[in-house]
Amino acid sequence: MGYFYQINFYIFGLLAIASALAFVTRKSPVAAALWLVNTMFCLSALYIMMDAQFIGAIQVLVYAGAIMVVFLFVVMLLNLGHPSDIADMRGTWGKLIAAGIGVVLLAQILVIQRQRLPRIVPDVEAPRNVITGIAQPLFNEYLLAFEVTSVLLLAAIVGAVLLAKRRG
Amino acid sequence: MLLQHAAAGAAHPLSGSTAELLWLLPVLPLLGFIVNGLLSLTPAYHAGPADPSASPGADHFQATGASHHEEGEHAEADHAPVRHRFASIVSIVGPLVLVLSFALAASIFATMLGAGEIHTPFIQRYFSWMPAGDLNIEWAYQLDQLSVVMVLIITGVGTLIHIFSIGYMREDPGYPRYFAYLNLFVSFMLVLVLGASYPVMFIGWEGVGLCSYLLIGFWFSAKANADAGKKAFIVNRIGDFGFLVAIFLMYANLGALDFAGVAERSVQLTAGGSLVTAICLFLFLGCTGKSAQIPLYTWLPDAMAGPTPVSALIHAATMVTAGVYLVARSSFLFSLAPVAGLTVALIGGMTALFAATIGLKQWDIKKVLAYSTVSQLGYMFIAVGVGAYVAGIFHLATHAFFKALLFLGSGSVIYVMHQAYHHTHKHDDAQDMRNMGGLRRFMPVTFVLMWIATLAIAGIPIFAGFFSKDEILGAAFARAHESTLADASLLGVPGSAVLYAVYAMGLIAALLTAIYMTRMMLYTFHGENRTGEAERSHLGEAPWVMTGPLVVLAILSAFGGWLNLPAFFTDVLPVGKTASLDHWLEPVVGESALRITHGSSAHLSASTEYLLVGVAVAVAVTGILIAFARLKPSLLGTRTPAQSRASETGIERILANKYYVDEAYDAAIVNPTVQISRKLLWRGVDVGLIDGLFVNGSAWLARGLGLAGSWAQSGQVGTYAWAIVVGVLAVLGAFTVG
Amino acid sequence: MINEALFFSAVLFTIGVVGVLTRRNAIIIFMCVELMLNAVNLTFVAFSKLYGAAGQIFVIFVMTVAAAEAAVGLAIIISIFRHRETVNLQNINLLKG
Repeated sequence: MGYFYQINFYIFGLLAIASALAFVTRKSPVAAALWLVNTMFCLSALYIMMDAQFIGAIQVLVYAGAIMVVFLFVVMLLNLGHPSDIADMRGTWGKLIAAGIGVVLLAQILVIQRQRLPRIVPDVEAPRNVITGIAQPLFNEYLLAFEVTSVLLLAAIVGAVLLAKRRG
Repeated sequence: MLLQHAAAGAAHPLSGSTAELLWLLPVLPLLGFIVNGLLSLTPAYHAGPADPSASPGADHFQATGASHHEEGEHAEADHAPVRHRFASIVSIVGPLVLVLSFALAASIFATMLGAGEIHTPFIQRYFSWMPAGDLNIEWAYQLDQLSVVMVLIITGVGTLIHIFSIGYMREDPGYPRYFAYLNLFVSFMLVLVLGASYPVMFIGWEGVGLCSYLLIGFWFSAKANADAGKKAFIVNRIGDFGFLVAIFLMYANLGALDFAGVAERSVQLTAGGSLVTAICLFLFLGCTGKSAQIPLYTWLPDAMAGPTPVSALIHAATMVTAGVYLVARSSFLFSLAPVAGLTVALIGGMTALFAATIGLKQWDIKKVLAYSTVSQLGYMFIAVGVGAYVAGIFHLATHAFFKALLFLGSGSVIYVMHQAYHHTHKHDDAQDMRNMGGLRRFMPVTFVLMWIATLAIAGIPIFAGFFSKDEILGAAFARAHESTLADASLLGVPGSAVLYAVYAMGLIAALLTAIYMTRMMLYTFHGENRTGEAERSHLGEAPWVMTGPLVVLAILSAFGGWLNLPAFFTDVLPVGKTASLDHWLEPVVGESALRITHGSSAHLSASTEYLLVGVAVAVAVTGILIAFARLKPSLLGTRTPAQSRASETGIERILANKYYVDEAYDAAIVNPTVQISRKLLWRGVDVGLIDGLFVNGSAWLARGLGLAGSWAQSGQVGTYAWAIVVGVLAVLGAFTVG
Repeated sequence: MINEALFFSAVLFTIGVVGVLTRRNAIIIFMCVELMLNAVNLTFVAFSKLYGAAGQIFVIFVMTVAAAEAAVGLAIIISIFRHRETVNLQNINLLKG
């Protein structure tokens, strides 16, 4: 792995974090959503750099392209595009405590990441191509879960239709 | 079968014989229990205690002594006696199983007689009962010369008492229940004597205690009876604690619990060492409970609250002698512990004397016999304490005969008295001797039979009690002369001095026995009748089903001594074999007995022996004569029991009140326990801690948590998110620290 | 590279959590949850480099669930908005019993 990759990795990682920070601090939902889309693009880049090209692709397609678009649709549908008058943010104390909790949480996660990682690398058979590496286990080992997921999606569709339907 | 035995070594002489049916012995009465128990579940025509001896006569159980049974509180006795609808079936099943058991026991005994010399016990293993690690307790029965003697006594005397019960209990609404309990008792008693290990024996030991409790409180609708049952049960628990500790000590130190294993390994123990002494003393603590020795004897007189045949079977002939059997069975241990032996003999002697003095002043005919039983059990413990195991078992057998006869005879008297009172609707106490008198004219057969038993217990020659009691006193005297016990010392007192004292106590007790038994006979059968004009015409002999067993027991009481005739007797009167029981039990206890007597046969010289016999006979005759000379039942005249009680003074009063031992126990143990229970455990722990802190506290806690929860239940998703995150932090924190 | 990915993931996740805690707009909070899911996905992908393809398959499942969740969640928000004319969580306390 060359420095180019290394540097790019850092750049995209830091860009993701910066976009995330921008996302949480934006008052306007539309701006926030766009910053989140940016974060997702950056993550997609990181996935690709970690040899998960397929995931990177569907990250763009599903997340940035579908889910976030739905979000934006809703924002626009409800006409929430501009910063609302009512207090969207908590007060200073709320922010400080939330920040404190965030620091503690981060520290904990990092400590656990250091402590608990088994560093033994099992011999992973290198897949012939990216799709096969995922499709093989997905349609063999995880077939049942895959099929159940389709039921989940069906349920979600029915639920969403039912909930969003205008009654009366 | 043969192959198995061949593999295990030489076949036992009894294998393949009727002795293989050993398991059937306890099972037969158990079947009777099941049948009668099922029948007892069907109601009688109407319930209500209607028994002659159901007098609430446990006034000493309450420290206040407020209730006097002389008042005659037969509140329920007015009900017409009701026969249970299945009484006729029960009358057949109940005694039949005992007859079958006895027949089987007799045939086993005959097989053993025919099998020649049997040196090892015949052990039948049925199933593994408690396999736990190194401990494997098998459900096994052991047949040897000792257990077969016990089985014969239990089934034989038990059969007679069952038959007697048909007459005595027939009118009771709880008739099937009574026979169910009685059958169950016999079953457990047979387990007790047949068990091949201490735990199996303990099952029988506890089982007979349970049946004793159930039967003492048979008429439980009167509180005094239920209290007496509870007292017997609780006092016996103290003894059972000792038995259990002894079992634990044996397993911890010897690693075996079956008799054969413990006997085998007991040779590792230091003779006279503290361990074997402790085991023996704890075993003896069990005996003092079950066999009513000082200090745990107080339950037995109260146990007279049960039906009289129960007193005869359980509280005279069989269960209370289980302690004697236990010591004889554990002779291999007791012979290694001279100090324990001395303790046993001393307690036995003290109990014999102490109970005999109390017996002098009792007016309740069953109480006299109860204290007499305690006293006679004391004799048995003198015997097994000094290592004269055969004499102990011998007295156990003869005592079973004559004391069962006395109890059943008194049962007949009570039955007749009660019937008479019942006819005239009078509420006097059918058990108080002051209400009797002159019964010999009405019940001549019972009169003669009771005198036979009295002469037997007093120790008049030829009658059974003479031989057994004389053998015990002779043994105590001989062991005082030379034995390991005489060489040891108890609390600094030389063993021989202790044993001489025990001998003296036994002798005085013999004198007192003769006095109080004659007194009982005088007040009951001699002199003028004090029952009352109206009742007199209703007095008469009890039915044959009750008198018949008495006759059999009287024959046994008269000739039971033939079991073990001493040499000095057969020298003069060559009428039977000498020392049959000695020879019979030799394989079981011979070795232990010899260990105590330094290997000698421990026979006194002929002249000493004649002297001792002479003294014993003289004492017995003197006792009877003193009683005849001093006691004048006619003086009692028409005084009511309450008046005659008031006239007692000094030592008489102390004796009539049984030395106030029950009151002392109440003051020293029962009341403090009750007070501690009430003030500390009830008010403090139960009300304060458990009710207050735990029960109400948890309610308050739940209430508080509910309030806090309902406040936190704001419906604000944001708040919930905060709570979830805090929870996540805590969980992750646990991982981080871990 | 994996350690760095894990670090980025931790930071993104924390940002998501802090966002959930500080914001009151239901849609923003929803998006914060999506951010947290993305952070987890990053971890999965990082681990799949170490332990094989299973991590990536889990990412696919997470995305499916996220899509379903977004559909249902947004439908709920629309439904609530119709009744209350707001998506501010302070004004929504239907959960109060």
